[in-house]
Amino acid sequence: MAKMKALVCRECGKEYPTKAIHVCDMCFGPLEVKYNYDEIKKTISRRKIEDGPLSMWRYIDLLPVEGAATVGLHAGFTPMVRARNLAAYLGLDELYLKNDTVNHPTLSFKDRVVAVALTRARELGFETVACASTGNLANSVAAHAAAAGMQCYVFIPGDLEAAKVLGNLIYRPNVVEVEGNYDDVNRLCSEIAAEHRWAFVNINIRPYYAEGSKTLAFETVEQLGWRAPDQVVVPMASGSLLTKIWKGLNELRALGLVSEVRTRVNGAQADGCSPIATAYKEGLDFFKPVKPKTIAKSLAIGNPADGYYALKAAAESRGAMDMVSDDEVVEGIKLLAQTEGIFAETAGGVTIGVLRKLVKQGTIKKSDVTVAYITGNGLKTQEAVIDAVGRPVRIQPSLVSFERTFKMGKNGEAGT
Amino acid sequence: MIKVRIPTPLRPLTRGQGEVEANGASVAEVIADLDSMHPGLKQRLYDERGELRRFVNIYVNEEDIRFLKGKETALKEGDEMSIVPAIAGGR
Repeated sequence: MAKMKALVCRECGKEYPTKAIHVCDMCFGPLEVKYNYDEIKKTISRRKIEDGPLSMWRYIDLLPVEGAATVGLHAGFTPMVRARNLAAYLGLDELYLKNDTVNHPTLSFKDRVVAVALTRARELGFETVACASTGNLANSVAAHAAAAGMQCYVFIPGDLEAAKVLGNLIYRPNVVEVEGNYDDVNRLCSEIAAEHRWAFVNINIRPYYAEGSKTLAFETVEQLGWRAPDQVVVPMASGSLLTKIWKGLNELRALGLVSEVRTRVNGAQADGCSPIATAYKEGLDFFKPVKPKTIAKSLAIGNPADGYYALKAAAESRGAMDMVSDDEVVEGIKLLAQTEGIFAETAGGVTIGVLRKLVKQGTIKKSDVTVAYITGNGLKTQEAVIDAVGRPVRIQPSLVSFERTFKMGKNGEAGT
Repeated sequence: MIKVRIPTPLRPLTRGQGEVEANGASVAEVIADLDSMHPGLKQRLYDERGELRRFVNIYVNEEDIRFLKGKETALKEGDEMSIVPAIAGGR
């Protein structure tokens, strides 16, 4: 019995076959995978999951593929770091960092969604994969396509960080730089996807692709010893990640894999691109698109496709949303690095900045078991912090120069 | 005449054409004109309250009409309008 029943429109409920489509013909609502949970429930168990591979594929029973994983076999199951120093600094008892800065192979959470998208694209018979991306997604699609031997086109805005551009070119896909911002790239790709039979991972493969984000929720619960946290803080671009983390937690509860979910799902954005958090603060259930202007380029989606659903997930879980300035983003990156030794990209700075704010406001309480999602690696966005980290101390290659610089006497200090 | 790009899901209504022409001094008027030539089109773009559906994006000369005046955005001869369904996300 197949675990996928159909694709279903999230707006009007119309059902479609599980093909490469993402929009409802009738009302243009986004399509989502509908599972056969009764069937899944018969075989899934904590034991079965724990005996599975040390990757996100240990949760394959809840991922939208028909056969075995064929692409991205090592993605996921990243460290859940108990952040004692940062917790002490913020005044929390129990804080964890879900560390996707070391996801395999391209150092961001996108390796999860791409593993699902390309496995599914192959099942559907595609030979060419493509994406619209602000960087991390493109890197991951390009790397996985190279390994899978698939043709690849990545479309990026013209103002990306150098490391993210290089991080595409090295895999030798067709890298198309579009004169415009991400929303322009996205719109163009929607039109290209309609004309060419390619697997656009975040367009016509999106119903499958987006499900990969659920594995962050699954791993969180398993790594906490099969309990759901009290609070999570999630960075938001399209709003999909937050929506899927909430969905993942609810699936585990519905399947009896965790007894209780009282998690509040909190969303984080940067001031310069905060359509979802702004709508939350104004008490609206819809958002107004914006023109992004922030150093957090990986979150710079002015017209977030899942913004409406992210607002709904936050409301259902009684979570909050907030935003921070670019300066606070840089502070967040530094704070995380200097307390926990983790170098996150700008999205991580947004998450830590908002975490800090929510603790300060009392929205997150001292005793709340809290998980912050660190979704990308700082080495890819060095421009953001290069002027905020100081310079090395320069000395002559002599002991005298060293000791003079550090004002050390001949005696008294520890020798080696 | 305003040139209008039609997305795949609506092409059955335009006999498969990806680009059609219509008249009107605003987005709403163009949609009304399109509906007279291709009946049913309006119903697909508007919800029960007569507002554009949440996941319908319309662009005039590459600009999202939500940054302009919504469906009251003025159009002039030679303008181009694109109807694009549910823009996906990703980063």
